[in-house]
Amino acid sequence: MYSEANEKLIDELLTHYPIKRSAILPALFIAQEEHGYVTDEDVKYLAERLDMRVNEVEEVVTFYSMYSRKPIGKYKLQVCRTVSCLLAGAEGITEHICGKLKVGVGETTSDGRFCVQEVECLGYCDLAPVLQVNFDYHEKITTDQVDRIIADLSK
Amino acid sequence: MTKVLTTRFDLRGEACDIDVYIKTGGYQALPKALKEFKPEQITEEVKKSALRGRGGAGFPTGMKWSFVPKDSKRPKYVVCNADESEPGTGKDRDLMRYDPHQMIEGMIIAAYALTARTNYIYIRGEYWYIKEILEKAIAQAYERGYLGKNILGSGFDCDLYVHTGAGAYICGEETALLESLEGKRGHPRMKPPFPAVVGLYGGPTVVNNVETLAVVPWIILNGGEWYKALGTEKSGGTKLYTVSGHVARPGNYEVPMGYPLMDLINKECGGIAGGKKLKAVIPGGSSVPILNAEECEKVNLDYESVAAAGSMLGSGGVIVMDETTDIFATTRNITHFYKHESCGWCTPCREGTRWLMKVFDRMNKYEGKPGDVELLYDLADKILGKSFCALGDAAAMPIQSAIQKFREDFERRIRTTTVQAQAAD
Repeated sequence: MYSEANEKLIDELLTHYPIKRSAILPALFIAQEEHGYVTDEDVKYLAERLDMRVNEVEEVVTFYSMYSRKPIGKYKLQVCRTVSCLLAGAEGITEHICGKLKVGVGETTSDGRFCVQEVECLGYCDLAPVLQVNFDYHEKITTDQVDRIIADLSK
Repeated sequence: MTKVLTTRFDLRGEACDIDVYIKTGGYQALPKALKEFKPEQITEEVKKSALRGRGGAGFPTGMKWSFVPKDSKRPKYVVCNADESEPGTGKDRDLMRYDPHQMIEGMIIAAYALTARTNYIYIRGEYWYIKEILEKAIAQAYERGYLGKNILGSGFDCDLYVHTGAGAYICGEETALLESLEGKRGHPRMKPPFPAVVGLYGGPTVVNNVETLAVVPWIILNGGEWYKALGTEKSGGTKLYTVSGHVARPGNYEVPMGYPLMDLINKECGGIAGGKKLKAVIPGGSSVPILNAEECEKVNLDYESVAAAGSMLGSGGVIVMDETTDIFATTRNITHFYKHESCGWCTPCREGTRWLMKVFDRMNKYEGKPGDVELLYDLADKILGKSFCALGDAAAMPIQSAIQKFREDFERRIRTTTVQAQAAD
């Protein structure tokens, strides 16, 4: 189902726990890395691989906010919206990104490259406001920096 | 001022390398613990230190460890709670990315104290790069024989794995964390039994915060009494604070327990940014009651003093707000957080946070109805103490304290006449 390296990684993960099911959260990150989101096939495959029922995998996927069950932009622009970032002007950052990409919060650009999300506290309160692009943190973000990041990722 | 946990922060991540960590005094506590201490003596030493859990609840760490039954048929576990998600808090982030071995060494000592062979670090998924730092550090620790079979010839076997969460604040609650680690939704468990008796995979489990575990090597090296003497009688040692909001120099600062809040703001953080006046401080992460400027003047940062001032030390997330801040807006923002993060398990929290948000949203448009401020207070009251876990309390307390102390910011949002509403806009 996945690349050889990722299949090996799942095998390795299974050695960490006394029950297979414990590997579901890390395994779902692998699925998402391979397919961009968690597909129906991923759910079925991981259920088999980890001795789970399909609905048990579904209930996990839908509980955690870092997984998506539908296609999303290649680059997730996640602006922290929680209190310390609010005090540091996060609302202006979100508005700027949405204006620039001409999409609303939660939407994906028509070319499928970017999606914009407002997320809850990312743990960078002292370095607010913060933008996370996929897994990369950008601290004390300004609108100029946002422009540069979007330009770089548009190439 | 005495720095304990942040001594290697100036190296800006160089201490991630095991050689740098060892050169700067690292991995001295572990051999000492294995050679000179029996497992139960370590717990005794931690008790002497008056160390209290740094994740937010402030439960005495040594006592928590002593609840683990000595004879257990099931395997025991030590789990590090690195799910740092409390708004206002980013201290564990720096403890892990600047000095991962300090926490790992503490964890191995804790595992030895509790004779736990297999142990996990549960880190929030967003901290992916820190997960990679930890994995590298753990691999180095295995290479040098600090982890694995028969560590340092002691006969004690110890394994340590990193496990990622995937975006759920509730998983910072220790029983929800264990559910999540078992591959389920992060729904809290009924207590008792407490995890120390029935925890991960049904085995006795100690769940400790990153900062708590990072203290352990220091207690072994210098003694519990030494650590305790750095702080106050009931709150031993030093504490890390993440200061965010309207200060000149936001950041992570380590100060002794009992340190005045205003000194932290004025000395460490350079005062309020732009020379403005202080309006309010949330001293312990978004879950705790807010303090007004007058209360801030008198309060010292230790568990007892902050409690006496009507709030809580919590996770040490100090959110500072200047005179221009609209406390209605910040409280609404925090309520949105709890609504989003409510796990949905129990009714008062699931429904209550949604109802609160409804009222907040109409007030936000200056369309609050007469009585809405009282309604907010009452709704919070219907959650407080009635939810399955502490998340409900965390949603309710900030609202009630904000209304008590900054009522005018809420009243402005009530539509009494059209003229007034327009004037407010």
